[in-house]
Amino acid sequence: MKNNWWKALAVVLLLYVAVAGLLLPVPRLAILNESIRNLYFHVPMWFGMTAVLSASVYYSVRYLRTPTPRLDILSHEAAKTGICMGFVGLATGSIWAKYTWGAWWTNDPKLNGAAIAMLIYGAYLVLRSSFQDEQQRARISAIYNIFAFAAAMPLFFILPRLTASLHPGAGGNPAFAKYDLDSNMRLVFYPAVIGWTLLGFWLAQLASRVAFLKQKVYDKQLA
Amino acid sequence: MKKGKVQKLALLLMALLLPVLRAAAQAANEPEMADALRQSGKIYVVVAVIAVVLAGLLAFLITLDRKISRLEKEVRD
Repeated sequence: MKNNWWKALAVVLLLYVAVAGLLLPVPRLAILNESIRNLYFHVPMWFGMTAVLSASVYYSVRYLRTPTPRLDILSHEAAKTGICMGFVGLATGSIWAKYTWGAWWTNDPKLNGAAIAMLIYGAYLVLRSSFQDEQQRARISAIYNIFAFAAAMPLFFILPRLTASLHPGAGGNPAFAKYDLDSNMRLVFYPAVIGWTLLGFWLAQLASRVAFLKQKVYDKQLA
Repeated sequence: MKKGKVQKLALLLMALLLPVLRAAAQAANEPEMADALRQSGKIYVVVAVIAVVLAGLLAFLITLDRKISRLEKEVRD
C-alpha cells in the first residue's frame, strides 16, 4: 500500500473533479456557455497522453541501452495507453467543436496536426504487430517510438502555434490566457490534469503487470 | 410649486427604477448559462449520478489492481 498512494490521490482528485467541475462557478462566456467545463475533461486527456507517451519514450531509450523484455513491455503498454487517451482527446474535441464551431471537424492546423500525430502513433501499433521475432520487434519499435514522439510533439504543440487557428492554444496564444485566468477554473483544472494523468499511469501500470504475468506463465510452460 | 413636487417624484421614481431596468436588460444580454438547472437543484442529481458512476468504475479498477497483485504473488511462488 506504501507505493500506491498516488492511486488513492488519483481516485480523490477524479471524484473531486467530477463534483467541483460541474458545481463551481465558471466565467459566463458567449458561445462556450456551460460547455467551458469541458476544459476539465478534454484538455487533461492531452496532458495525460503527453506524460504517458513521454514515459513510453523513456522506456524505449532504456530498452535500447539495456535490452530486456521488461522494458519493452513497459514502453509498449505506456504507448498504448497514451494512444487511447489521444483518441479520447480527439473524440471529445470533436464533440465540443460541433457545439461551439458548428462542425465535427474543421481543417484547423491544431486539429489536423493532432490527427496526423495520432496516425503516426497508429503506425507504431501496425509496425509492432508485423514482426515475428520478439527481439527484432522490440528493438525496431523502440526506435520508431522515439521518432514518433519527436514527430508528434511538434505537431501537437509547436506547429499549430505558428499559424492562425480557431483552437485555443494555437496561433501564438497559449490556451490558458483566455479562459484559465479565472482562478475558479484553476481550482478544478489543475487537479483535473493531475488526476487524469495519474489515471493514465495507473492503467499503463496495470496493463504492463498483466503482460509481465503472461510472459512469466509462458516461460514456465516452456520450461 | 405643485409641478415641482411631481417632477421631483418622477425623478425619484426614475432614479429607483432605471438601475433595475438596466440590470434586467443586462441579464438578458449576458451569455446563457444553465442557471435554471442550478436553481432547481436538479444539477445535484446529475453530479450525484456522475460521482457514483466514476466511483464504481474506480472501485472496479482497485479490485482489478488487487487481483493482479494476488496473481503476481502466486506466480512468484
